Amino acid sequence: MQVTVKLFATFRNGRFKVTSQELTEGTGCRTIVLGLGLTEEQIGVVLVNGRHAALDQVLHDRDTLALFPLVGGG
Amino acid sequence: MDKIIRINMNDLSTSTETVPAAWAGLGGRGLTSTIVAAEVPPTCHALGPNNKLVFAPGLLTGTPAANSGRLSAGAKSPLTGTIKESNAGGTAAQMLARLDIKALIIEGIPKEDKWYSLHVSMEGVAIREETELVGKWNFAVIEAIEARLGKKTGILTIGPAGEMKMTAANISVKDPDSKIRSHGRGGLGAVMGSKKIKFISIDDQGAPKVPIADPEKFKTAARVFAKALMDHPVSGEGLPTYGTNVLVNILNEAGGLPTRNFTAGRFDGADKISGETMHDTIAARGGKVKHGCHAGCIIQCSQVYHDQQGKYVTSGFEYETIWGLGADCCIDNLDDIARADSLMDDIGIDSIETAVMFGVAMEAGILPWGDSKEMLRILTEEIGQGTPLGRILGGGAGSVGKTYGVTRVPVVKNQGIPAYDPRSVKGIGITYATSTMGADHTAGYTIATNILNVGGYVDPLKKDGQVELSRNLQIATAAVDSTGMCIFIAFPALDIPECLPALIDMINARFGISLTGDDVTNLGKHILKVEHQFNIEAGFSNIHDRLPEFFTTETVAPHNAIWDFSGDEIDEFWNF
Ligand code: SF4
Repeated sequence: MQVTVKLFATFRNGRFKVTSQELTEGTGCRTIVLGLGLTEEQIGVVLVNGRHAALDQVLHDRDTLALFPLVGGG
Repeated sequence: MDKIIRINMNDLSTSTETVPAAWAGLGGRGLTSTIVAAEVPPTCHALGPNNKLVFAPGLLTGTPAANSGRLSAGAKSPLTGTIKESNAGGTAAQMLARLDIKALIIEGIPKEDKWYSLHVSMEGVAIREETELVGKWNFAVIEAIEARLGKKTGILTIGPAGEMKMTAANISVKDPDSKIRSHGRGGLGAVMGSKKIKFISIDDQGAPKVPIADPEKFKTAARVFAKALMDHPVSGEGLPTYGTNVLVNILNEAGGLPTRNFTAGRFDGADKISGETMHDTIAARGGKVKHGCHAGCIIQCSQVYHDQQGKYVTSGFEYETIWGLGADCCIDNLDDIARADSLMDDIGIDSIETAVMFGVAMEAGILPWGDSKEMLRILTEEIGQGTPLGRILGGGAGSVGKTYGVTRVPVVKNQGIPAYDPRSVKGIGITYATSTMGADHTAGYTIATNILNVGGYVDPLKKDGQVELSRNLQIATAAVDSTGMCIFIAFPALDIPECLPALIDMINARFGISLTGDDVTNLGKHILKVEHQFNIEAGFSNIHDRLPEFFTTETVAPHNAIWDFSGDEIDEFWNF
């Protein structure tokens, strides 16, 4: 299946902004996070198709996964 | 000894009073709102002689406590008709605190059609007639006052918008680099203009240090507090690196970035105006990615933005401004948005109200969507010059909507709704609806918990828990706004257990008192109730605690979200 992965803020350093990954059906967010060399503790916000998700959420074909460190403003 | 100074513009006199016992434990918003509620008739005309303009530093302002240098300004708002408190950084608050001034209360309106300045120093307040700087824009005012009175002079000033009493006019505060921070919202610049005060200059030479009752205890607490600020990823890393504008991308992804006058929740050009892009642009052009709005700010969310030639354009370039002129107006040119930001500082007009206004103006057909050059022209030649069109636009989003028959006008109590769509981030909708200030995101920043996973998580797309979340945050914010602290200390305070107790310890050590966490919560509740009561007496009821109709009839992409709170559900907010 095809999943779009987007990275933000410091996660982009030495990585990418957006990429498309070919994954086996049933892959979860955590697998992608760890595959990027990120740790669970570093993750602030996980969005799948614009909705907040847990790291163990399973992804589906054409999903968009967006990963953020903890950020804020206002 | 702490004092209150009254400036009576009716007869151009001043008087110094000791602080009444009831006000002794108050500062910042707690004090300005208490004074306005006690002394301003709620039904008065906000630009008439019975309104008062009050300035107060916070309880910890002037001490070495990190991020404690914010100034509170209060009055009845000519924009909303409600009570208004707006706080800002800059150098003035710490100078007033060192001068032992707990509050400045400006009353009345001069009989003669002349302009004045106030000069605050160890000698008290002098009222002086002003001719030279009348009509001048803010940066020229600051330059001239520094030449006249010295580089270190603290300055509060109004630009042409305030002089013309436009209801979106702000009060500008000089920052440590002689640039500008603003008491932005609610048209307080028009109140200052109605009192014919062009600027207030402050000289704190000879002023003693702010006294601290228990210096050892203070030092220990201040260290714990500063450490919490530095340890939290938002205040310690995110804000100093990307500024508040880091929010563009996350709100865009979450579908809560109001676009094209609140008709969509995502903007195609988001990446071009995002905090990440801004950071790289600033770094490449030799600007400053981090910068503090006052001495003692260790978070430093501000920045200095340069143009392609490496020349200064603006600083304090905030998410809400960039969102409003960007996504909401479909402009993806960050350089032009930066120019507009600087112009708004120079004219002295609220960058949030004005950005929301431009979205409505584009919908009205006054200028095309995305036309940043025409926006810059309108700011300079219409609003800055006070043409009839400029005055309509300078009245904010509600003013232009009414004049041009637009029905999609994002305001609550006539104040423009900022930067977060209340349909897809429902907690902030409760804050917009119920805030005593009109639509104001800072009043109860549910984005932290709805979107950013700070202070837990409450699903932004569901109704559950939003009223309680907004209530708790509004109570806490009212209390924090009284300390002189920047509201961004809330990020560590929500997540790091030592942070809030350290803040309370600092207050206790400063005054030799023993407040508890409950006392602070009760203070927050009390402030909200005082403000709410003022609004009720000014003619507001629960019917005004509602979002504009279009949020209940138009869904917003990508989540097809709609505003579906009933009036009764919203009214639950005030049950405390
Ligand atoms: S964090 Fe930003 S708004 Fe807060 S005090 Fe520092 S520069 Fe000012």
